Amino acid sequence: MYRYDEYDQAMVDARVDEFRDQVARRLSGRMTEDQFKPLRLMNGLYLQLHAYMLRVAVPYGTLSSRQTRMLAHVARRYDRGYGHFTTRQNIQYNWIKLEDAPDILAELATVEMHAIQTSGNCIRNISADQYAGAAADEVADPRPWAELIRQWSSFHPEFSYLPRKFKIAVIAAAEDRAAMRLHDIGLRLIVRNGELGAEVYAGGGMGRTPMIAPLIRDFVPAADLLSYLEAALRVYNRYGRRDNIYKARIKILVHEIGADAYRAQVEEEFLAVKALGIDPPAAELARITAMFAPPPFTTDLPDAIDRTDPDFAIWVDRNVAAHKQPGHSIVNVSLKPAGGIPGDASADQIDVLADLAERYGHDELRVTHAQNIVLPHVATRDLPAVWAALVEAGLAEANLDLVTDIIACPGLDYCSLANARSIPLAQKIQARFADPVRQRDLGELKLKISGCINACGHHHAGHIGILGVDRKGVENYQLLLGGSGAEDVSLGKITGPGFSEDGVVDAIERVTDRYVAVRQPGERFLDTYRRVGFETFKEAVYG
Amino acid sequence: MKLLTGNDLPTGDVVWWTGDGWSRHLADAVDVGVNGEAIAAAEQGARRVNVPYVIDASATPDGPRPAHIKDRIRALGPTVRPDLTLKPADASAGNWVI
Repeated sequence: MYRYDEYDQAMVDARVDEFRDQVARRLSGRMTEDQFKPLRLMNGLYLQLHAYMLRVAVPYGTLSSRQTRMLAHVARRYDRGYGHFTTRQNIQYNWIKLEDAPDILAELATVEMHAIQTSGNCIRNISADQYAGAAADEVADPRPWAELIRQWSSFHPEFSYLPRKFKIAVIAAAEDRAAMRLHDIGLRLIVRNGELGAEVYAGGGMGRTPMIAPLIRDFVPAADLLSYLEAALRVYNRYGRRDNIYKARIKILVHEIGADAYRAQVEEEFLAVKALGIDPPAAELARITAMFAPPPFTTDLPDAIDRTDPDFAIWVDRNVAAHKQPGHSIVNVSLKPAGGIPGDASADQIDVLADLAERYGHDELRVTHAQNIVLPHVATRDLPAVWAALVEAGLAEANLDLVTDIIACPGLDYCSLANARSIPLAQKIQARFADPVRQRDLGELKLKISGCINACGHHHAGHIGILGVDRKGVENYQLLLGGSGAEDVSLGKITGPGFSEDGVVDAIERVTDRYVAVRQPGERFLDTYRRVGFETFKEAVYG
Repeated sequence: MKLLTGNDLPTGDVVWWTGDGWSRHLADAVDVGVNGEAIAAAEQGARRVNVPYVIDASATPDGPRPAHIKDRIRALGPTVRPDLTLKPADASAGNWVI
């Protein structure tokens, strides 16, 4: 894992001191809320329905046990005993006191964490494949590049006041586990003729105007990557609309001028930028890359798994993925227990995860955009012990990518932007599909709920998506079908008139019943939907 | 009726104007009539509240009821965590919100 150098630590410590002074000035009245608000947002501190909310960055979703224990400590000492893992691979605390915020940030800084650029019109936390460094299908570990981009984008003077927020994802495998093409810029590392580089996609996103990012460059050599990103951001910063917040994202610019025109601008800018020497010297790149070297795996470990316990076997089949190192496995820990709150984990559960990572997982954890946790490096022989500990902690739900593994934003229970509640709906859907045999029979079915058009719950990318709206003061839910955030990316289509909370649960069941009736062997829900078409399912929903 | 609400500056807690101060309990809220904006400006200036705003509500036998669900959730707490609401002993308190 990356470790701060003296510059990183000095920057973060200085930021804590600066924010402590700003908070003091706000509390003493030397600063108004209008003056203070942009400053607190730059430090990840929002004011939500019930309290201040602190969003802590988890760079590319990677955590050490030490950092994870600090997250548990913050939840226990400063919040109400839990945290909420987000679709940006971050963690949010819902009950923060303004007067505590500087102390929290100071504590986070002791474990090389912060909340900088988790809000505001800047380059946000870089997201990445949660299987990075472990995936059998990756061409390289994407995290050194994500870290390089993090360093480049942190406090970047030119990109601190962009037209709108900017999200970048980095993957390095054919399978897209990070919704890469639904980011402002998505990078897929590839190898061409023996050289590492990246496909560059730009202009994707969700929100009120969902767009799939088109390919802007099919290969940028790794040695040019930062210069190319600098050029891509410069063009956006120059031409992105600042007059209309709803048209300010890069996706609107790319869509309006066209991918070809945007590409031409970026290529021209790139020629100028490359001469500036932004790309890191080889020694610095090597220094960063070395910190992401594979852990010291034990060799000659068995791959065999004792499947005597049927519950354990089900969990393995559902939540454990292949690792590139023989004798090792990737463990997905579902934060979607029946009746729970998607993405929430108690301080005690977070401590358990830290302990398991330390004891069995080479001290690493990952946060996924699906609001789950991954232990990326577990010896396969240790899976029974890990599973037993997860069962004890209420973290062994064997539902990865099933209908109950629901992405849900905090919704109107917490969020000041929301129009409808997301979490109670997720719980009702989980209850309707509670039978695990039925869940497994339905197979991969990614269900995603957003409580407003901002789409933090990724409803556009759900095989089944739900958007909560406010209809004359009453919660109402629109149903979408056919979205995907994976390598087969697509945007969901709204079925028609919305439903009440109970009504949308019934509608979802009509959709799954139709799927079961018309599917062919081996087809996922999304496969069947694409084969038979939207109208078949719309007819099932509305009759 | 009109209610004045906001968040406590240092803690962020939801608060309601009682006529002579701020309470964390909706039941203490009073009708501010046409004076909401003026009270809000004075109280915000004195740092006794953060981002205050006026809402519509109705008077009921059980006390004031905000017109919009968002403010009812603010008044109670998250419906999905009854233990964290202002009525932690009442598991069905969330029904009031809907």
